[in-house]
Amino acid sequence: MSDRETRGNRIFRLSRRKALKGLAAGLGALALPRKDASAAIWESFFQKHFRELGRAEIRDVVSRLEKEYGATYGKPVKVKTTPPMEGVLYGYGLDLSRCIGCRRCVYGCVGENNQSRDPQIHWIRVLRLEKERGVDLEHAEHYYNPANVPEEGHFYMPVQCHQCENPPCTKVCPIQATWKENDGIVVVDYNWCIGCRYCMAACPYGARHFNWKKPGLPAGEMNPDTHYLGNRPRSVGVVEKCTFCMQRTREADGRYPACVEVCPVGARKFGNLLDPASEIRFVIENKRVFILKEDLNTQPKFYYFYSV
Amino acid sequence: MKNRTLYFLVTFALAAVTIFIAVAGHAGRREFWLTPPKSETEDYMVPPPPFTEGIFPCSECHSGMTPNPKRRELKEEHTDIQLKNHAENERWCLDCHDMKNRDKLRLVSGEQIDFSHSYRLCGQCHGDKYRDWKMGIHGKRTGQWNGRKEYLLCAHCHNPHNPRFKPLPPKAPPERAENIR
Repeated sequence: MSDRETRGNRIFRLSRRKALKGLAAGLGALALPRKDASAAIWESFFQKHFRELGRAEIRDVVSRLEKEYGATYGKPVKVKTTPPMEGVLYGYGLDLSRCIGCRRCVYGCVGENNQSRDPQIHWIRVLRLEKERGVDLEHAEHYYNPANVPEEGHFYMPVQCHQCENPPCTKVCPIQATWKENDGIVVVDYNWCIGCRYCMAACPYGARHFNWKKPGLPAGEMNPDTHYLGNRPRSVGVVEKCTFCMQRTREADGRYPACVEVCPVGARKFGNLLDPASEIRFVIENKRVFILKEDLNTQPKFYYFYSV
Repeated sequence: MKNRTLYFLVTFALAAVTIFIAVAGHAGRREFWLTPPKSETEDYMVPPPPFTEGIFPCSECHSGMTPNPKRRELKEEHTDIQLKNHAENERWCLDCHDMKNRDKLRLVSGEQIDFSHSYRLCGQCHGDKYRDWKMGIHGKRTGQWNGRKEYLLCAHCHNPHNPRFKPLPPKAPPERAENIR
C-alpha cells in the first residue's frame, strides 16, 4: 500500500460540498414536524394541491379540517367541497342608483365568511363618490362616517371581487394556488397559498386581502357552514377573497349571497348569466350597465348599473 | 339542361327542409328552457303587509260607521297619517282604500284587492318600477337564485303615505391601515 493511499484512508476529508449537504439535511430535519406531533400536522404538511386530490383524499382532508375547526371553535363545523354546477356562470349586479352606502353588506359579509375581526379584514369596500364628478376613483373616500346616509351630492359604489373572466390574479400566482372555477368563481386553496401576495399586486380592484396575523375570529361569531375554497377559517400568511358566498350559492337550494340578502335597498342582484330568464340577464339587457376598469380587459362578471 | 335545373331545385328543397327542421327543433327546445312569463294576477311570495299594530282588520272599527265620501282632513282618527310627497293635492284616502269593504284596497278600475297584493295598486302609476320589481330588479328580493324567490311589498320599504326611502345611520367605517396592528 502506498503512502498516499494510507493517508487517504486515514484522514476524514470534509469537502465544502459535503458540509453543505450535511447542513441542509440537518436543517431540513429540524423543519419537519416532530415525532410526537399529531398525525394531522404531518397530513397537512404533505397535503397535495386541492385539484390533485382524489375523492378519498378529499374526504380525509375534510374530516381532518372539520376535526381541527371543531376543536378550535367548540362546535361542529361543516367543510363542504361542492363542485360548480353544470350550466351556471355566476354574475352580479349592483344598482348605483339605489345604493345608499350604509355598509350593511360589509358586515353581512364578515359574519358569513369568517373574516378576521382583529386585525380587521373586509372583503367589501364602499366608496363614496361625488355626483359632480361621476365614477372618478381619484376622489373616492371610503372612511366616510356621517350620522345618516345617503349624503347630499354623493353616491356610493361598493367594490369587491369582480370574479373576472380573465383574472390577472391567477396568472401571477407562482404555484397556482388560485384559479378560476367553471362557474366563474375565482378561488384560493388556503392550504397551498404561500402568501407571496403577487395576486394582491395584480388585482386592479383591491379585492384580495392578506392575513398578516393569526385571524382573530371569536368562536361565537364563527359561521360553521363553510366551503373548503370559500369561507372556512384561514390561517396566518394566506390571501383570501370574496367567492360569491359559494357555501350558499353552490348548493341545490342556492341561496343568494349574504350581501344580497342583507342589502336594505335591494341594490344587489345575483343570478346565472347563462339563464336568459335570470335577473342579472334582465339587468344587462335592459339597464345602463358598466364594468369597472373595462380598459384592463379583465372582463369582470360584476356589473354596475343604473336602474333609473 | 333540364336535368340540371331539376337537380338544383331538389337540392334547394332538401336544404330548405333541413334548415326548417333544425330551426323549428331549436325553437322548441328554447321554449322548453325558458321560464314561462308570470301572469298579471299571479301571487308573489311576500311577507304579511306592514300594518301598524292592532290596526287591521279595519272593519273592526269601520263596520258600524256610515262612510263619508267627502274629501276632508281627518281630525279624530288616523291623525298620524299624512300624505307627503305623494300627490297629496290630487288624492286622498278613498282613492286607494275601498269605501265599502274597509279591509280591501281599491284599484282605479274599482276592483277590490287584498293588502297583500298592494303592488298592483302601486303599479297603476309606477309601471316601470312595477315591471322591475316583478323581475326582482327594483327592491329587495331574497330566497334562492335558482328557485323560490321571496319578494317584499312596496310598503315594506316605502311608507305608502310618505314613500321616500328614509336615511339610515351607516355601519362603522373600516379601520385605517395605519391603525391595524
